[in-house]
Amino acid sequence: MNTVVAEKKKPRLTTSAMIASIASEGQRVKAAPFGKALVELGAQRPEVVGMTADLAKYTDLHLFAQAYPERFHQMGMAEQLLLAAAGGMAKEGLVPFATTYAVFGTRRAYDFIHQVIAEENLNVKMCFALPGLTTGYGPSHQATEDIAMMRGIPGLTIVDPCDALDIEQAVPQIAAHKGPVYMRLLRGNVPLVLDEYDYKFELGKARMLRDGNDVLVISSGFMTMRALEVAQDLAADNVGVAVLHCPTIKPLDEAAIVEAVRYKHRLVVVAENHSVIGGLGESVASALLRHRVQPAGFELAGLPDAFLDAGALPTLHERYGISREALANRIRKWLG
Amino acid sequence: MSDLTKNLRERAYRIRRFALRMGEVQGQGYIGQALGWADVLAVAYGHALNYRPAEPEWEGRDRFLLSHGHYAIAFYAALIEGGIIQESELETYGSDDSRLPMSGMATYTPGMEMSGGSLGQGLPIAVGMALGLRQKKNPAFVYVSMSDGELDEGSVWEAAMGAAHHRLSNLVCLVDINNQQADGPSSKVLGFEPLADKWAAFGWDVQRVDGNDLPAVLKAFGNARDLAEAKPRVILFDTLMGKGVPFLEQREKNHFIRVDPPEWQQALQILDDSWSAAKQTEGALA
Repeated sequence: MNTVVAEKKKPRLTTSAMIASIASEGQRVKAAPFGKALVELGAQRPEVVGMTADLAKYTDLHLFAQAYPERFHQMGMAEQLLLAAAGGMAKEGLVPFATTYAVFGTRRAYDFIHQVIAEENLNVKMCFALPGLTTGYGPSHQATEDIAMMRGIPGLTIVDPCDALDIEQAVPQIAAHKGPVYMRLLRGNVPLVLDEYDYKFELGKARMLRDGNDVLVISSGFMTMRALEVAQDLAADNVGVAVLHCPTIKPLDEAAIVEAVRYKHRLVVVAENHSVIGGLGESVASALLRHRVQPAGFELAGLPDAFLDAGALPTLHERYGISREALANRIRKWLG
Repeated sequence: MSDLTKNLRERAYRIRRFALRMGEVQGQGYIGQALGWADVLAVAYGHALNYRPAEPEWEGRDRFLLSHGHYAIAFYAALIEGGIIQESELETYGSDDSRLPMSGMATYTPGMEMSGGSLGQGLPIAVGMALGLRQKKNPAFVYVSMSDGELDEGSVWEAAMGAAHHRLSNLVCLVDINNQQADGPSSKVLGFEPLADKWAAFGWDVQRVDGNDLPAVLKAFGNARDLAEAKPRVILFDTLMGKGVPFLEQREKNHFIRVDPPEWQQALQILDDSWSAAKQTEGALA
């Protein structure tokens, strides 16, 4: 007779896979920076259109759809159609922002991005949410190899923004860029971090956010936020950590990377929310070798080459070494 | 026979001729498909489509998407017939640095709207173009040329749903049913019938005609254009590979029909002879 009562008394789970925010408790956030920036852009540029594969609400594109219903096109849960039709729109001189989840856009529609969009250098902006490990749903939803796949496509620009500021500044710039762009999208309540670093997003450019003598973290996406947090933590141990943020993965700002590595004898750590296979880390390694630059040490702080577990994000970030604490510990260990 | 039909017959004859000459240049090519699809292309580029030969990117043009890139040999022949590229250029077909690659690509050839070849992409692209035209209030039509083998691709059916959902009345899909794909007869590789019923169930206006019966083809294009209903239109054309050259029509049917070196000239001769005979008959009747 007490089943209902007993269920009510059950404590709320704190390790639920439904916890999908990368913001830590009490962190400053901005809601839907992508959707808001796109609405603003749409007011200035009537040729901007929004398209989605049944994920407007979950990519913050619903804000654009509400503001400009006649410029929003629902393609249904059909990613091949979404990306080919976006190519068709671009052929007609429109600038489509196409959204879905990164797993579906890149894995299910790869040939459509490759052949329809990139081969003709069409002006399609692909903004795909849930990059890397930003959901606890398991490999079906975790796009841990999207950069590796997309980097292989000639002429495609790839952007991995860190926070709300990066996103809202990137939106008009990727729209102004002539050609296809893939942006890894953080949606919902997105942390706001970079406004404290006198930072401006510039397409194609890396930016040194802070200097330090012992470690250079080269990072993209929200791992730049983690790197900045870790830099604070390690400062307490008298370890100086520099952070070079590389929001544009392709074309990579090799000059800034080489410059940052060449003149100081530091451990270089590449931190990314992506598999260690084929992401920023290997891009940086290749650039350094080609420029004959040898750092004091070189480590990859990315996700393992594995199908990752399902679970709560904080647990998983800890497990795979990309939480604040785990990243700090990895760097301490590498420093020896 | 109306003057229009006579004119289109002559265009179809010349398209077949141009295609055979390109085939001879390389000693190979998808000539069976080109001969089979020539009547549809003659109607498209001789009558149905709005375009300006000297201005292939004219904003008011009807868009024609060659989804099956390997039909390029047929399509270049139509572009020559339509005055968009010069006849002299056919000598370069499939050669290094030619504007006429073996598989059609948008960035190479004037009048080529898409890079085809990865099959099943034309129709979903066309959905985007048709939506884009509607948004721009441009009354042009989008035509997609595709083959029955492409029906195997899921993206075709995603696009079929999308086009019907968005009521794209400016979209006309042309399907070549020659019942041949790489591994054999299309109906054996992955059965597609009842095809008309399938498209109708997806919400399309459907016509099925003999794609080598020129007056029927002409009528079908007209019907598709004139339909008042707000829905996308598909015309299913049953065609004969090698049409117009009996020894190729009868050759063992294959995705890639074998043609031996002397046979190109033989085929051209047969085509010319039958065209002369047809004209004489017409003259006698007149």
